[in-house]
Amino acid sequence: MEKITNNQTGAIGEEAVVQFLSSKNTEIVERNWRIREGEIDIIALGSGGVFSFVEVKTRRSSAFGHPLEAINSEKSYRMQRLALAWLATHGCLGCDYQIDAAAVLLSPDGSCSIDYRENIL
Amino acid sequence: MSLAQTKSVALLGLDGHVVNVEVDIADGLPGYSLLGLPDAALSESRDRVRSAIVNCGEMWPNRKVTVSLSPAWLPKSGSSFDLAICITLLSAHETIPVERIEKIVFLGELSLDGHIRPVRGVLPSLIAAFKAGIRTAVVPTANAQEAQLLQSMTIIPMEHLRDVLLWLRTGERESIEKIELKWESTDSRLDFADVAGQSSARLAAEIAAIGGHHILLIGPPGAGKTMIAERIPTIMPALSIEQAIEVTAVHSIAGTLLQRSPVSLLAPIISPHHTTTRVAMVGGGSHVIKPGACSLAHNGVLFIDEAPECASGVLDSLRQPLESGTVTIARSIGNLTFPAQFLLVLAANPCPCGKFTGRGRNCTCTAQQVRRYLGKLSGPMMDRIDLRVQVEPVGRIDMARNELGESSQVIRARVIRAREIAADRFSSMGWSLNSQIPARALRTVFQPEKAAMNFLHDELDKEAITARGLHKIIRTAWSFADLHENKTPTMADVLAAHTMRGKIQA
Repeated sequence: MEKITNNQTGAIGEEAVVQFLSSKNTEIVERNWRIREGEIDIIALGSGGVFSFVEVKTRRSSAFGHPLEAINSEKSYRMQRLALAWLATHGCLGCDYQIDAAAVLLSPDGSCSIDYRENIL
Repeated sequence: MSLAQTKSVALLGLDGHVVNVEVDIADGLPGYSLLGLPDAALSESRDRVRSAIVNCGEMWPNRKVTVSLSPAWLPKSGSSFDLAICITLLSAHETIPVERIEKIVFLGELSLDGHIRPVRGVLPSLIAAFKAGIRTAVVPTANAQEAQLLQSMTIIPMEHLRDVLLWLRTGERESIEKIELKWESTDSRLDFADVAGQSSARLAAEIAAIGGHHILLIGPPGAGKTMIAERIPTIMPALSIEQAIEVTAVHSIAGTLLQRSPVSLLAPIISPHHTTTRVAMVGGGSHVIKPGACSLAHNGVLFIDEAPECASGVLDSLRQPLESGTVTIARSIGNLTFPAQFLLVLAANPCPCGKFTGRGRNCTCTAQQVRRYLGKLSGPMMDRIDLRVQVEPVGRIDMARNELGESSQVIRARVIRAREIAADRFSSMGWSLNSQIPARALRTVFQPEKAAMNFLHDELDKEAITARGLHKIIRTAWSFADLHENKTPTMADVLAAHTMRGKIQA
């Protein structure tokens, strides 16, 4: 099997989360929105009119701890700032929003398991 | 359900407060927060608990874990909450039934592999838990003997986290053998028979043990002051169960139960070095307040060798506990009271060179040096000491004699007899020792015979003794009377007491 790069791993994980969200009746607004401060993996609009800003962490094994443990407080504050930046640039400042995190664990056989946590702050 | 709670105990001095340990496992990023004013050792519990859980093959919840120790205002310290936090966490993680652990107190520190390590203060913690209505406690096996003193509680000693989990899930325990409570009341290592000669010092020690009178032994180096002092606990009556529990509780907090068995009925003897500080003597500490030497000597003997060498203020810090029998320590985290009812035994050389005995021929000190040396024992301090004995150097007759002196056992029997007489006399009065008779009772009910009183009043007129000294002499005289089984102190008893109080010649 060809070796998968880390970038590809991330892309596979994000794709899996997009499909997971779509199946839950959530509209995907934007993917990989990037500014100088950083990047938001997925921006979605839930059925209740709440924007979700999703950080996806993909791992091929849990040998290095749980994927979500990689999100420390600094990272979560950056997510918050990025979310506000996105809302401001899209004229939605004041809308309800939440920060979500998704942990994707890829198995060698290609299947993946998603651990989706809402409103992590 | 991702919420569980159980009990543990936080100690503030000897007072235990039952602490509710609550754990909530919520959705969110994996994290762990510990609430309720933990100190450094308690904050580190997170890593111990986590390793112990993982190494016992349990799952660590990769969610947001909140641990709360309430009441939240009470500062908590130490590692004894590890076990309670760990069990509650596993229960909140739905691996132990929640209702199973609600009414159990857990005490113990966890090692990374899940072993349960001993902690300090188990006995006072359990006493507090018992008062709060809790009847079951899980304690480290190493603390089982101490915990067993609380007979009215179900004590479950545990060696390893795995055993606790097995017991909580299935009710099975590996070893249910109950440790039998066996009090230890003899110590054969020290005996008064070892002391050669020294008849007056022996008598003084006996009187001290009978009436709880404080004692000062003055003598040259090598005369046997330390020997006598160390043997005073062997002639004191065995502690009552309540007294023994008090002593064990204090030692448990101080963490000195390795040196002293928790089930010992022997009166403790504590001999701090003369370089000791005031805080070490009376207790203290800014963070965790620990009992000092005078509390560790509670119901026993506090022996200070080379007393005049003590830093100024150290001996005088004992004045208040000598008066009240307790020490109250005030620090920013609160006021704590420790018991401190001890028999004070001081030993001193007669002068800096130590040879000022008899006519003082070999002494190389100047008269001023000699005076200054014993002057370091302050007046108010000396006033509280009823028995001041010169310990003479042992002569060749005493050393050459083959037969040993009286053994501790014989003396102890006399002391017990005399104390029984005193206890009978004071049965309705609220005190039990001759040294505790209040002044008012001395002037009314407990006067010595007429001739003796006249003698004392003459002495008072001559300003040879003070009013307080008069009372002190009568108290000591009562101890002599009890020893000789006299109904009231006779002239001979009073004279003996008067001589024993003697002046320190310097």
